Amino acid sequence: MSESYDILIVGIGGQGTILASNILGEACLIEGRHVKGAETHGMAQRGGSVESHIRIDGLFGPLIPPGRADLLISFDLLEALRYSHYLKKGGKMVVNRHLVLPTSVFTQNLPAPTQDEIIEALKKHALCLLDADTIAEEAGSPLSQNVVMLGAASQSIPLEPESLLDAVKRLVPKKTLEINIKAFEMGRKFGGTCR
Amino acid sequence: MGRKYLLGNEAIAHACLESGVDFVSGYPGTPSSEVIDVLRIQPDRSYYVEWSVNEKVALENALAAAWCGIRALCTMKHVGLNVAADPLMTSAYTGVTAGLVIMSADDPFAHSSQNEQDSRCYAHFARIPCLDPASIQEAHDMIPKAFSLSEEFGLPVLFRPTTRICHSKGDIEISEPVEGLRKGEFHKDPRQYVVIPAHTRLLHKKLNEKQPAIRKRLVELGYNRYTIQGKTAIIASGIGATYVQELLPDGVSFMKIGAYPIDEEWLGDFVKKHEKILVIEELAPEVEEAVRQAAGCVPVLGKKNGFAPFEGELSPQAVAAIMERAGFLKKNPLPLGDPLQNLPPRPPILCAGCLHRVAFYAIKKVFRDAVYPSDIGCYTLGLQLGVVDTTICMGASITVASGIFHAGDPRDIVCTIGDSTFLHTGIQGLLNAVYNGANITVVILDNRITAMTGHQPNPNSGMTACGAESPPVSLEAICRACGVIFVESVNPYEVTGMVTVLQEAKKRKGVKVIIAKQLCVISARRAGIKRGSYQVNPEICTGCGTCVRFGCPAIEFADERARINDLCSGCAVCAQLCPVGAISREGKK
Repeated sequence: MSESYDILIVGIGGQGTILASNILGEACLIEGRHVKGAETHGMAQRGGSVESHIRIDGLFGPLIPPGRADLLISFDLLEALRYSHYLKKGGKMVVNRHLVLPTSVFTQNLPAPTQDEIIEALKKHALCLLDADTIAEEAGSPLSQNVVMLGAASQSIPLEPESLLDAVKRLVPKKTLEINIKAFEMGRKFGGTCR
Repeated sequence: MGRKYLLGNEAIAHACLESGVDFVSGYPGTPSSEVIDVLRIQPDRSYYVEWSVNEKVALENALAAAWCGIRALCTMKHVGLNVAADPLMTSAYTGVTAGLVIMSADDPFAHSSQNEQDSRCYAHFARIPCLDPASIQEAHDMIPKAFSLSEEFGLPVLFRPTTRICHSKGDIEISEPVEGLRKGEFHKDPRQYVVIPAHTRLLHKKLNEKQPAIRKRLVELGYNRYTIQGKTAIIASGIGATYVQELLPDGVSFMKIGAYPIDEEWLGDFVKKHEKILVIEELAPEVEEAVRQAAGCVPVLGKKNGFAPFEGELSPQAVAAIMERAGFLKKNPLPLGDPLQNLPPRPPILCAGCLHRVAFYAIKKVFRDAVYPSDIGCYTLGLQLGVVDTTICMGASITVASGIFHAGDPRDIVCTIGDSTFLHTGIQGLLNAVYNGANITVVILDNRITAMTGHQPNPNSGMTACGAESPPVSLEAICRACGVIFVESVNPYEVTGMVTVLQEAKKRKGVKVIIAKQLCVISARRAGIKRGSYQVNPEICTGCGTCVRFGCPAIEFADERARINDLCSGCAVCAQLCPVGAISREGKK
């Protein structure tokens, strides 16, 4: 087995998981490291549950096997729970305190766990729970929540924060540069309180 | 040129630039679409690029270009190759003068597809070479070879990546683009290009005579290779080979297959040096069958004796399980995780404000007990609303509707089809239904774009793949030209208007067409159209659930009241549905 650092980013189609994965990939290039990734395109992007796999120093396939992820970054509470079996023993979780219930819950009256129940269940892992939406708004735009999440996760990712920030600068639209730099730094600062 | 972090399809597109491609055509389909989406936005293009109306049209265009001596690429998803199968089969007879690479992207596990067919079988069937990459880097590196191989043998080459190549990413070594020439000229040669019986019999013989040399050449190219390390061996293809390499124990020989047809003699030499062979590949047992033919009495483990599944896609954990079952791993290092049960699923859903949802709502309101054939596109998600009874393949809504009518079903039959799908293969079905006297209602869901695959333009969008203005197409005029008398266009956001037109159609006999026109909400948002957003007044809301049952992801229900979240795109349909007038535009009374 190869020794890669495996990150699974999950969320709901449209939340910006792909940009987050691109930033990680770019940061690996900056450090001259190999990286492999896999992501969801097509039908599932329409508001469905989506996943991005990133394997830093990965040499073989792009998929992280269940029970092997070093880090799970989730943009939604329910999705964090859905993919929690991907974490390895001792793996870390960075989760946005944000819950969008699937529409099926309302249209078909399906039972759904409450926010508190989900958080309780996630606590058996090394959990960093943050309110990325509020932090993103403070940074200047709710759209920067994906960069806030990366900033918080950067405390665990084996890449230099400078490389990640450089990658953010290369990949976000120019007119949102300042907001995203701030979003990354505020996220990173919050992530520092999680350890 | 250096390393870049690229999506598989981006790497493939870049490799086409490095190969000096001159002509590009295709029809969008997951997981193939991004190749042309990358090529069509390049600045200073020296090559021609088009989104064609369907895959058959795309392949015939590309074939003609390759006959004219310029390098051509034609892209599609696996099921698109069914549509293009007619020109494919005979293009192997006529051959090509410049390279023709046909990319048909397979989708094991049917992530975004109607089946799990294997394009390698088509290459086998047509007797053309097929390249099957195991990684993005290999996919990238195969493309220039695919063009030169096509030129060497004068045959189209099938390039077959899968979802986990197309939609994976990696740090990829790329080279400088090469400018194409695009100075094609057609040299008349009826014995080559007019496949009348007298010519085609000779062309068939020529095709067969090329085969042994192709097999030898593919071994020389190194896509099929092996290392002998013991008495047992694993033979794997595609991304499966990559997973095997990560897990391969010491003392086990390994053969990687990346190109077809496989040279039997070369394969036989390897197989006979071993006492047990395990074959690991996705989809059809294409490699396994070749191995079984070469194996003699060497035991072969694979799909055909239950060691590997026929269905679904491979993953590291699936490959580990196969290797354990076949006795190649003593202890499985990747036990399957234990996903939590009873979480509410989050399947993909029509967007908030999608025209399809309201069109389906109106159809269901007017035609309560009806049969609803549908088609391929975002609107297939209407399944969740109970208004999609059938989906088979592109264009099979109108045809299935007329078939059900002629079969004698007494119910109303209302079928739905998107604009791009209608132009792809829907028109013939409409013509046929009118010609043969079907009594059906056809609703064309016209959002002016090919939305599901990533918003590619089509003839109904008013622009070409490269953004040049194109002549407007009138869906109304096409329907009338097919002989339809009742053709009505409506804005589905006006619920009463949509319902009234459907009621009118219900009263009439024959083929009725209703064109529900509204921009895709994603296109509208990108175009900067702002409609504001709506809110529920909790004082007025009675909690009746009418709006919730509409199924819009912007509408939630908590504490016995409806609530509209920030996904709202301002279509105002729920405000029209609310029986007590509790929903209004934010900031307005």
